[in-house]
Amino acid sequence: MQIIISNSSKEPIYEQITNQVKSLILAGELQEGTALPSMRNLAKDLQISVITTKRAYEELEKAGFIYSIVGKGSFVAEQNLEVMREKKLKVIEEQLSAVITNSREIGLSLDELQQLMKILYEE
Amino acid sequence: MENVIELKNVTKKFKDFSVKNIDLQVQQGFVTGFIGANGAGKSTTIKMMMNLLKPDSGEIKLFGLDYKNHEKAIKERIGFVYDGNVFFEGMNLKDIKRIVAPAYKHWDDTLFYQYVEQFELPLNKAMKTFSKGMQMKASLAIALSHHAELIIMDEPTAGLDPIFRRELLALLQELMIEGNRTIFFSTHITTDLDRIADYISFMQSGELVFNQSIHDVAENYALVKGGLDLLDRDTEKAFVHVHRASTGFEALTDNIKAVQNTFGDSVVIERASLDDIMYYFKGGIHHV
Repeated sequence: MQIIISNSSKEPIYEQITNQVKSLILAGELQEGTALPSMRNLAKDLQISVITTKRAYEELEKAGFIYSIVGKGSFVAEQNLEVMREKKLKVIEEQLSAVITNSREIGLSLDELQQLMKILYEE
Repeated sequence: MENVIELKNVTKKFKDFSVKNIDLQVQQGFVTGFIGANGAGKSTTIKMMMNLLKPDSGEIKLFGLDYKNHEKAIKERIGFVYDGNVFFEGMNLKDIKRIVAPAYKHWDDTLFYQYVEQFELPLNKAMKTFSKGMQMKASLAIALSHHAELIIMDEPTAGLDPIFRRELLALLQELMIEGNRTIFFSTHITTDLDRIADYISFMQSGELVFNQSIHDVAENYALVKGGLDLLDRDTEKAFVHVHRASTGFEALTDNIKAVQNTFGDSVVIERASLDDIMYYFKGGIHHV
């Protein structure tokens, strides 16, 4: 699990962790059921305090991204509808970006593109 | 959660200095950094935790046990490391081990030699030839070799170079992977604490100002900067201490909400470092 912490960021470290884990989950890089590193191991690897990773995991758990089993650790949770929607939206955004890039390359205007999209959408 | 160290209303008076009414709980499984200016009473407090000094009044318990009836059992479970050479200067590490090891029921020779190797410590050289960093490593190797659950350190990083300090912090973090271990240490190098501390205990003039998680400290204290015209007797109540300059004021607040309500966008509110907190508290404690 790749996590990069910036010490000069205004964003608190626990938030940096929660946001990056969320992105990994939404991007499908961390799959449902995957075990996360233990809080203490993650703290050691990131060279931060245990209470910081603890808070990050607690926030992730509250938001439904992960669940914990005492004595076993924390795992990526089955994603709820809202999360799934967010995830899909992200994918759509990426695909649309690719469409836009392609359109620009051949000089297709926004209007023309929208028209094309409309026809396809209503098909 | 279990408290490994518990001080209740502990007072110790000296001729010209006293440590007053200390209530302090240190939680198991976490690192607590103990900060405060020179002479704030940190070493006195640590000595009382180690039963090297007896309090005039109050109660001290370690692992839920008192020193009066359980001194040996308590000491078995503590590894104590402090600034300065604890050992006889002329002796080498092998001799010291021979003396210290039998004192502990849970002494682990294999572990000791493992740390000696890891820390690259010579066994047959007199302690007086050791550098400060090596002496620290030697004390640490001995403290760790009897499977101490609680490690108490008085300024372990003082006088050490940045590279060794970082190595030491990494080692402490490795020790914390086992969730039942607790570390309590005093330091002046607050950047060390930013890396590994979970809780901060802050002493000032013989009193404990706070003992909070690093998140609570970050949420409770902030630096405020703004123009001098904003200050008056009323608005200043939100500050622990105010530093004035011709260009404006800088102050520490322990009430961020009140500051936001009073000043809105007319001031800059920033995260206060532990150094900032210590510096502004030194200006005098104002109870709001």
